[in-house]
Amino acid sequence: MTAVIDNTSPAPAMVPLLSDLSSVSGRRRNKNMVMTVLMGVSVVVVGFVLLLVLITVVRKGWSIVVSEFPKWFTKDIQLSPRRAGPGMKAAIVGTIVATATATVIAVPLGIAGAIYLNEYGKRSAFARTLRFLTNVMAGVPSIVMGLFIYVFWVVPRGVDGLNAFSGALALACLMLPIVVRSTEEMLRLVPQNLRDASLALGATASRTTLTVVIPKAAPGIISGSLLAIARAAGETAPLIFTVGAAKATNWNPFSGTNTSLSLQIYANAKESFPTAQERAWGAALTLIALAFLFTFGARALSGRLSRTTES
Amino acid sequence: MTEKVHTMHEPADESVDSAARSTGGVAAPANKLIFSVNDLSVDYGAFTAVRDVTLGIYANDITAFIGPSGCGKSTVLRCFNRMNDTIKSAKVHGSILYHDIDLYGPTISATQVRRHIGMVFQKPNPFPKSIYDNVAYGPRLAGLKNKSELDELVETSLRGAALWDEVKDRLKSSALGLSGGQQQRLCIGRALAVKPDVILMDEPCSALDPIATARIEDLMQEIKQQYTIIIVTHNMQQAARVSDRTAFFTTEVNSESDRRTGVLVEYGRTDSIFSQPVDDRTEQYVTGRFG
Ligand SMILES: Nc1ncnc2c1ncn2[C@@H]1O[C@H](COP(=O)(O)OP(=O)(O)O)[C@@H](O)[C@H]1O
Ligand SMILES: [Mg+2]
Repeated sequence: MTAVIDNTSPAPAMVPLLSDLSSVSGRRRNKNMVMTVLMGVSVVVVGFVLLLVLITVVRKGWSIVVSEFPKWFTKDIQLSPRRAGPGMKAAIVGTIVATATATVIAVPLGIAGAIYLNEYGKRSAFARTLRFLTNVMAGVPSIVMGLFIYVFWVVPRGVDGLNAFSGALALACLMLPIVVRSTEEMLRLVPQNLRDASLALGATASRTTLTVVIPKAAPGIISGSLLAIARAAGETAPLIFTVGAAKATNWNPFSGTNTSLSLQIYANAKESFPTAQERAWGAALTLIALAFLFTFGARALSGRLSRTTES
Repeated sequence: MTEKVHTMHEPADESVDSAARSTGGVAAPANKLIFSVNDLSVDYGAFTAVRDVTLGIYANDITAFIGPSGCGKSTVLRCFNRMNDTIKSAKVHGSILYHDIDLYGPTISATQVRRHIGMVFQKPNPFPKSIYDNVAYGPRLAGLKNKSELDELVETSLRGAALWDEVKDRLKSSALGLSGGQQQRLCIGRALAVKPDVILMDEPCSALDPIATARIEDLMQEIKQQYTIIIVTHNMQQAARVSDRTAFFTTEVNSESDRRTGVLVEYGRTDSIFSQPVDDRTEQYVTGRFG
């Protein structure tokens, strides 16, 4: 018999010198220091810009929002931009209605699309085409989305086409690729061995998706969708041609012109009157606060959700 | 050993078991043949991972698949419950008869097959759900809704997996809070809850420490009274300790490509595979001079 492994030969000396363990070369130390400083500087710069924006908006927008409180939230917009005083209810409602409608359209569609791509289509030619189109769609400027909906949806309907729903369609086009991409990413992160566990117990692929994959990916899917919603809520361009220019509150997405906070910022900031300028700042503050509240609430929700599934 | 009554002489027994080789001494009564694998080959795309496997699996036996890594043990194991269906590129040739039914027959549903033939994976993979919901997952799939029946089934399954006493006070807490060994026993209990006939185990102890491994091995001895177990292991001591029969696989160099294809070298009673192997490659492997 021939011995395959020779255990008797001594192992080569592999003991490192102690100096190897303790000394970091000068070049590496310098590199480390430069990088640390660079990163520190960028954090400060970014933080500073962010803080500057926030402070400016709060400082300039605060007075109109709180003066004669709560009129800012309960009264419609002044008919003449020249007139002083609060009233932004129409825009707050318009933003909520258009964004909510867009969410109802884009989020389920986007999640369904992502489930198809990751769980069924995978690397098939159709799935690859779909993925490519989604990426293209993500790159389309928002004003082009607005124009697209204007030409193909609003114009054929004439004046009746100007409503929150038309705006929501444009916003949904904007949200859809964000939702699809972030959801697919989250589904991809679900370990294959969880799917295997479910399949091995006799579950069908669709049952596995519903009871194992989606619950596991839910926190990520939710935060991706939130990002899309927050993005849509602040968009102006897709709404310019699609919702009209109302000053009165309209809760109905399907009929009657509407407005939004972003449109009001745009319209009022264009005016030279200080009254309108102040209104624009107030609308900006409201939009930021709304987005903040929304993100915060949703974070808490998805946090609770992930806690119940993880522990 | 509780050997099932040997109903009739089964022709497949002699020919499949120990390929024309005496098992040595008095022939032990063989259990009922439950699977008969005929000329099984599996391709991944153009690559043949394992070819020409022919063997029989007997009821209430623990059958071990051993061999160097990459020789296709997992691939063959996953054919028994059609888990290879989930891999797009995988193509299975040949047949596996389960109680005389061709598992790959045109009318056979993979999901139904998996309810009869459960699987435990290499890495414990509990769902991120409660311990209770993990075990109840399979029965719920099958449509069981009755709370008290579910409770009872969860308890018997967890008892069957030797986990009940450790978790009975925290059934509602997350399965992810269990230790690795407990998680693997939970996965066994989860498989038992479906009331399968056969349990496939793919290196179930390779992620566990020796104590947890010993518990799983004990557990296997207990549940083999009611189940047929096929276990893949690259630990020869484990195969020798727990199994009744052992199949040794290895790889052979392909003539047409430089990739290696797995083949079944030798199959027979574990004691004879380890004490008097027929094939040189088996001898080299079990004596630790190869692989
Ligand atoms: N999903 C897969 N796709 C392609 N090749 C695979 C896949 N799974 C396994 N293989 C290949 O098949 C061969 C056998 O693998 P496997 O059955 O996992 O071996 P073992 O379990 O004995 O280590 C290996 O060469 C491996 O690379
Ligand atoms: Mg393997």
